[in-house]
Amino acid sequence: MEYVLHIMILAAIYVILSVSLNLIAGYTGLLSIGHAAFYGVGAYVAALMALNVHSGFLINLVCAIILGALLGATVGIPSLRIRDDYFVIATFAFQIITFSVFNNWVALTGGPMGLPGVPQPMLFGLSISSHVGFLVVVGIVCAITLSMTQRIVRSPFGRVLKAIREDEIFAQAAGKNVATYKVLIFIIGAGMAAAAGVMHAYYISFVDPTSFTTMESIFIISTVIVGGAGSLWGPVVGAAVLVLLPELIRFLGLPSSAAADIRQILYGGLLVAFMMWRPRGLLGEYTLPGVDGR
Amino acid sequence: MNAVVLDVQAVDKRFDGVKALSSFSCSLRHGEILGLIGPNGAGKTTFFNLVTGFIAPDRGTILFKGKDITGAPPYRITNQGISRTFQNPRLIRQVSVLDNVLLCFQNQPGEKLRNIFFNWWRIRGRENEHRKQALALLEEAGLAHKARDPAVELSYGQQKILSLVCCLAARSEVLLLDEPVAGIAPEMTERILATIRGLPSRGKSVILIEHNLDAVMTVCDRAIFMDAGVMVGEGPPDEVRNDPRVIEAYID
Repeated sequence: MEYVLHIMILAAIYVILSVSLNLIAGYTGLLSIGHAAFYGVGAYVAALMALNVHSGFLINLVCAIILGALLGATVGIPSLRIRDDYFVIATFAFQIITFSVFNNWVALTGGPMGLPGVPQPMLFGLSISSHVGFLVVVGIVCAITLSMTQRIVRSPFGRVLKAIREDEIFAQAAGKNVATYKVLIFIIGAGMAAAAGVMHAYYISFVDPTSFTTMESIFIISTVIVGGAGSLWGPVVGAAVLVLLPELIRFLGLPSSAAADIRQILYGGLLVAFMMWRPRGLLGEYTLPGVDGR
Repeated sequence: MNAVVLDVQAVDKRFDGVKALSSFSCSLRHGEILGLIGPNGAGKTTFFNLVTGFIAPDRGTILFKGKDITGAPPYRITNQGISRTFQNPRLIRQVSVLDNVLLCFQNQPGEKLRNIFFNWWRIRGRENEHRKQALALLEEAGLAHKARDPAVELSYGQQKILSLVCCLAARSEVLLLDEPVAGIAPEMTERILATIRGLPSRGKSVILIEHNLDAVMTVCDRAIFMDAGVMVGEGPPDEVRNDPRVIEAYID
């Protein structure tokens, strides 16, 4: 039972990441390889505050979201001025820099040793220690993320995002300040990813750089592609599938040394298969830039 | 004489040493339909790009209702009341025809993030209003039956009509139409020209680029013939048409 709850909590955290990246990549057409960096910033902010300032869970959550969003603005404003491929490279660079900081600023982040011993979250006087309790908290954050996303994409604001994805020049001619929309959605996505990071830090009660590598960013992109970019529920399904699938390998009775490699092969194979035969993903209506060979 | 709405004063634009426009001036009066003709490469589309802010002139001034809009970004120029269409219609292809029109309304409260979360009832009211107006515009343009289809499923001619509807949804006072009837079947051409002819009665002023001289003759009040970035002739369409230089340019 604990195991099932564990998988559900992990899936919920990845749903937040996938849905938030989908706002940026799926709806607005901006492929970012830096999503795990915002995820990591959220995790480190929460862990550092909990360990050093001993501030409460909600305060840490809010601070992490604000810091993630601010960082999103700092990265987004310059890199969104450049187009398509260059934006991808800029976010990739940001991802690598952030990982280096996590890994090398030993005084602050503990370097490769990470930050152990993040305390259990306290909410309204209750200590969240059980898996069930944690699933409820993550579930609530996940539901808020989803409902915000739904509000955004079904509004006229969301219509502009899709216009930017399809034809930026037309969006400008229609009187939309394209640059502002791009930066805003990038900031929102970054803030949501930071919230997922907070969940990670509290749940695992340990934060270290290996959770926020480029591979992690690519994994989040995979959840969006497999689920379906540009649809509300696609990334939810994508995150659930990609978190669950490798768990199934466990039941094949393979030696644990092989399981990790098989997991990577599985992700790679799945990604290639989807790009070749179903670039729109399971539920998607839109193909990510470059995926269909455009 | 009606007031001048758009006043372009001596604009220059060079691309890598090629003069696309040199010291080009023209003005558009309220309720006027002005035709811009000339061979390919004459600088007609460059002129549109300059007025709508997609490129900035090297020199010269562009005034809209007396206000200097030179070098302003495209979205701000559209906000102020100048809309354009493109030679190859630009639309959001994967979303519905109706959504394309809805996109083009200006100053929508639902485009502001804080309204989405704290003012959604106001958005809903305005959105319903826009929807009604958009459907009325599509009805008038003969596209109402296509409102729910993705824009990509429209024929080329229908896409051109939709671009025109988008300009109307933006409630722009000045419409810049880039070849509105090029490559379109005759009956559709008639429909588009009739719509254009009706624009001044809605308080609009129009500049249109067109190679179809018959179309220019039937809808325009005035025509400008340009070549190699300069104005060669200007006057009533039939006079411009009979200008030997125009005849030469079009027969070649």
